Amino acid sequence: MWDYSEKVKDHFFSPRNAKAVEQANATGDVGSISCGDALRLTLKVDPQTEVIEQAGFQTFGCGSAIASSSALTEIIIGKTLDQALTLTNQDIADYLDGLPPEKMHCSVMGMEALHAAIADYRGETIEDDHEEGELICKCFAIDDELIKRVVSQNQLSTLEEVIHYTKAGGACAACHEKIEWVLEECVADYQSAGSVEIATSPASIVERIHRIEAVLNDVRPQLQADGGDVQLSDVEDDMVFLALTGACSGCGLSGATLAMIEQKLSEALGEPITVYPVGSSALSKAPLKVVGGDQ
Amino acid sequence: MNPAKCCNGSKTCEPAYLDNNATTQVDEQVVAAMLPFLTEHYGNPSSIHKFGDPVGKAIEVARTQVQQLIGAEHATEVIFTSCATEATSTAILSAVEAFPERKEIITSVVEHPATLQLCEHLQRKGYTIHWIGVDSKGRIDMEAYQNALSERVAIISLMWANNETGTIFPIRGMAEMAKKHGILFHTDAVQVAGKVPIQVAGSGIDLLSLSGHKFHAPKGIGALYLRRGAKFRPLLRGGHQERGRRAGTENASGIVALGKAAELAVNAMQRESARIAMMRDRLEHGLLARVPCSFVTGDPSQRVPNTSNIAFEYVEGESILLMLNQFNIAASSGSACTSGSLEPSHVMRAMDIPYTAAHGAIRFSLSRYTTEDMIDRVLAELPAIVERLRSISPYWDPEQNCPREQAFEPAYG
Repeated sequence: MWDYSEKVKDHFFSPRNAKAVEQANATGDVGSISCGDALRLTLKVDPQTEVIEQAGFQTFGCGSAIASSSALTEIIIGKTLDQALTLTNQDIADYLDGLPPEKMHCSVMGMEALHAAIADYRGETIEDDHEEGELICKCFAIDDELIKRVVSQNQLSTLEEVIHYTKAGGACAACHEKIEWVLEECVADYQSAGSVEIATSPASIVERIHRIEAVLNDVRPQLQADGGDVQLSDVEDDMVFLALTGACSGCGLSGATLAMIEQKLSEALGEPITVYPVGSSALSKAPLKVVGGDQ
Repeated sequence: MNPAKCCNGSKTCEPAYLDNNATTQVDEQVVAAMLPFLTEHYGNPSSIHKFGDPVGKAIEVARTQVQQLIGAEHATEVIFTSCATEATSTAILSAVEAFPERKEIITSVVEHPATLQLCEHLQRKGYTIHWIGVDSKGRIDMEAYQNALSERVAIISLMWANNETGTIFPIRGMAEMAKKHGILFHTDAVQVAGKVPIQVAGSGIDLLSLSGHKFHAPKGIGALYLRRGAKFRPLLRGGHQERGRRAGTENASGIVALGKAAELAVNAMQRESARIAMMRDRLEHGLLARVPCSFVTGDPSQRVPNTSNIAFEYVEGESILLMLNQFNIAASSGSACTSGSLEPSHVMRAMDIPYTAAHGAIRFSLSRYTTEDMIDRVLAELPAIVERLRSISPYWDPEQNCPREQAFEPAYG
């Protein structure tokens, strides 16, 4: 059973304002039956003062969805529309003394219903940017859709990069395998997308290394300006192992730097290249066979 | 837990535990049988001295008791494991290792996660998985199954009865078909063991998983049946226990408990099955009569006697369970919100149960400890709970007591 706070239980078992407000002049409908929760928020707004005089909810959903709806109505009654618009889903969760991470979307639904109702009152339309995927990182409430978006936008290829860019997997590490699955999917996607650009005659290994060095020489001044540098460690098939040194090593943006280099390498070699970061210490040791990927 | 508010508040009532497919109450006789192996008989069965001797003998008695429960030809065909998940993992990974040239696996889309997720994992490793679908009553697609059979298949793994709906697959016939192609046949019998008679000898079944805590043994003990002569590779190595098929010091008290529970199940099955099925049917008919827009999921004509899964449309399962819990009634739900995912149960989706109902599917699972009084309590409380939740649902018209004529279609979300 979920670890619901007493406040959540109270609002679930004794919901406040569970009704359709009579003579409502604002309605916000959100959710869908396929996702398992849906909410209709009805408001009676004083046209002169824009104060929310009455609020009522009708909710199909789990315990925390009903509790979040109930809490929402309690919070907004008596507020002006502008005051209500400053409300965040975290405020709803805080009002309920917190929600389990898997249930935070219930508070988001409440906030969205409020925005929809206010838009309805003002005759505006709201853009649907609602996307929810499978929850991957429970610590930071990050779903696979967000990870996929960030991975493909930044051409990320390692678990560490995903952690740095999204925070997913940065705490308890329980979701690392799932993040790798998402990564594999994305990498396969943009590799197959890039495969049409593959050059017809593959370059010899010496030629390839020349081209790689040329790309690195191109970007080097940029890195050196920030007190860093990059060195080629190894090349194996479509994998290029690079060491970021100096100020680049440990820099929070190193993932973006490598992605940028990867992009340039792929263009220069006419084939999709995957760049793997190696520690600068690895330069003096035996070449690394596999970094990241399936272990 | 909040104090129960049932029985007009005049007295606290007994809990109505109707979640026996999740786990069961340990039988007192089972506890009595296992206790000495937590106290006086602490020896290691592998030891040569007299401390180990009674423990080793007790394990062999238990092996015979489990043999009788599943109708195996030899007691040595029973391998004790920590749980059914281990037994299933052992079965599938053993076949994968024993038949490296066979790169396909047959399973169904409604399996327990122990099978599903292992097969998904193997799929990522390059295996071809034949995911056999089911129809709207949860019956397996036999044509797809037959078409998937070939010499490229390493193992077939199918559940005997579904944990959510209780629907039984025609395992015997399917195992026979597998024989013609020389494919190992594994069945996850967790929801049938101890509920309906099983006879593995001569059935074509090569491997079978079962779990003690589903039939009144404690958690942490399961078994894998391995037909004598079937090719096998162990999952756990590093010891001669279980004839080298499952290394690791035996969970002696758990094994003794499993044996005792198996013996009690054999004795109780004939006597109790009919009584349990009658209570289940009374519950089911009573709820369908009292709650509009509700229906049974799965195949009622091919079902284990203790399970009923009823979908209540336009309400969400977790809300129902939370309210039942207030009345000291325990059941379970395949709703998305009880599991933390956004999709309702894969079993409901596989049967193409509409979303309007899949989120409100409630599973009641009985046992020999279930009483008529518990059934009465559910019949008394549940209709009002569903009515109350529907009354605050935007999809329901409380005045007409039916779904809204003008469907609720949110603008976005």
